[in-house]
Amino acid sequence: MLKIHQLHKSYAIGDSSLHVLKGIDLEVESGEMVAIMGSSGSGKSTLLNIIGMLDEADSGEYILDELPIKNLTEKKAAVYRNKFLGFIFQSFNLINYKNALENVALPLYYQGMKRKERQKKALFHLEKVGLANWAEHLPKELSGGQKQRVAIARALAANPKLLLADEPTGALDTKTSYDIMNFIQSLNDEGKTILMVTHEEDIANMCKRIVRLRDGVIMEDKKVNQVRAEQYV
Amino acid sequence: MLRFLLDRDTWQEVFDSLSKNKLRSILTMVGVWWGILLLIGLLGSARGLENSFNRLFGSFATNSVFVWGQNTGKPFKGFQEGRRVVLSLTDAKKIEENVEGIEFVLPRSQQGKAVTRNFLSGRFQTAGDYPLLDELQKKKLIHGRFINQSDIDNRKKVAVISKGTYEQLFKKDEEVIDQYIEIDDINFKVVGLFENGNVNMGPSTDIHVPFTTFQQVYNRGDQIGWMMITGKPEFDIKQIEEDAKLLLKNINNIHPEDRRAFGSFNLGKEFAKMTGFLTGMQFLTWFVGIATLFAGVFAIGNILLITVKERTKEIGLRRALGATPFEIKRQIVIEAVFITLLAGLFGIITGGWILIALDHFFGQGDDAAIVNASVSIAVVFVAMVILIVLGTLIGLIPAFKATSVKPIEALREE
Repeated sequence: MLKIHQLHKSYAIGDSSLHVLKGIDLEVESGEMVAIMGSSGSGKSTLLNIIGMLDEADSGEYILDELPIKNLTEKKAAVYRNKFLGFIFQSFNLINYKNALENVALPLYYQGMKRKERQKKALFHLEKVGLANWAEHLPKELSGGQKQRVAIARALAANPKLLLADEPTGALDTKTSYDIMNFIQSLNDEGKTILMVTHEEDIANMCKRIVRLRDGVIMEDKKVNQVRAEQYV
Repeated sequence: MLRFLLDRDTWQEVFDSLSKNKLRSILTMVGVWWGILLLIGLLGSARGLENSFNRLFGSFATNSVFVWGQNTGKPFKGFQEGRRVVLSLTDAKKIEENVEGIEFVLPRSQQGKAVTRNFLSGRFQTAGDYPLLDELQKKKLIHGRFINQSDIDNRKKVAVISKGTYEQLFKKDEEVIDQYIEIDDINFKVVGLFENGNVNMGPSTDIHVPFTTFQQVYNRGDQIGWMMITGKPEFDIKQIEEDAKLLLKNINNIHPEDRRAFGSFNLGKEFAKMTGFLTGMQFLTWFVGIATLFAGVFAIGNILLITVKERTKEIGLRRALGATPFEIKRQIVIEAVFITLLAGLFGIITGGWILIALDHFFGQGDDAAIVNASVSIAVVFVAMVILIVLGTLIGLIPAFKATSVKPIEALREE
């Protein structure tokens, strides 16, 4: 599903350069649920951004679903992102003047889908996250948990191969966090491949595999016994 | 591209992002609206002034020069300096025959005369005139008619009097036509009553009588007071004036370089000055209007730029969700064009209202300062095209700015 080999990335900071990723090797199979952990500055967000084609590696190999991701034009990257990836962010990143349904339908809009079809599909995904009744509401009328659910519905809308979550519970209280994790686990149960960045141990333990980064290299990569979130809900 | 423009989603996006922040959208529009409003308002008023000017002078043959005799300034062929020069009908005829580009030569004689009627009397400027005068300086007749050819041919003793004269010689509301007035002890029948216009060229006249009658009854023979020379439109009236004066000097034994012998007033020259002034004003109007328009469009660009900065995160998100840089740019440009056009349309409409108001308050009646203040459709069309072009260009700046930020930077948590 996802293959990364000897990935390097450095950022220029003034005159010097900061070597953030120092040769990452990572393989993720279809249906896995991986947590990437590490202290801030360990390079976990950079790794996620490269996997999400929001950023480009300096050297190394990145193959997504047998497709080498290399030297993409902005346009091509946009198409790939739309087709293969679903993003979930810490701060939800919903467009505040669009209602829940329109937010979910946005990736489909960029796919060039017709309006009616788009709305039908968006409503289907909203139903899936249990917010069909909130379709016409603006983000400011939703709670944090609801906003993240809308964001998840949006990430699912284009039916991506890989879900990328950047601290999906970072802005939520514990109860809501478990609630969201419960939902993400159910998605994984259905076969979605999920990659998330987190620094919370309990959230990481709800995944099936934990990859720990420190100073740009993988320190540890182990399978864990998944803690089901539903027992806390 | 056309499909994109006809797509409902496109406009939904534009509408959403504009109505999201109404204050911002409105402030943005004010700049362009004001520019167009000024352009239309100024152009319309300039046109109105020009129209009123043309109406004022429309009744005059503006390509004219008045020439009269004075005293010679140089001795010539045995004549001494200071000789009185009196123009004659022969002079007028010679000019008409010999100077190139002449349309008419109209001789006139005028003197102050004592006029009485019953027990009322006064002193009035009385002139001998041809019917042609009515064509060159349109008389506004209240009653009756102007002098006609039959009056000239038969040397009829008829008079056309001004309203001022009527008010002095007649009682209020008294019948004027076919009444008799006495000019220097000779009875004339009044056949017309006219009103003096706002603008008079040459000395004003109170009473017009047939030219032939005037010459005969007041013993003037061949002598005339002055002549009005009108050139054909395509000829330069200054050249005609020079040619005519030279010819007159030649006929009347006056030194060719004598500058004092003839007095003249070149209407064409004065008129050209006025039209030049109007042209200048119109240029100024265009300049101010277009400059304001530019300022407005730049204001839009400026605000869009700020907005883009504000929306960096949104744009980053859209790109993460699969919007290509082109789609983002297209969206921002169409927002810019749309907002510019909308503001422009408002400007055109309100500008129209201003012109209507101007017409209502200053454009009524015969001596209105502004006549038919208006702007041609072509001008409006050109303004719209300028707006679309400027809107597109100015929209490109924030559009490129928006896509120059990598989506990752836009989405970075602060």
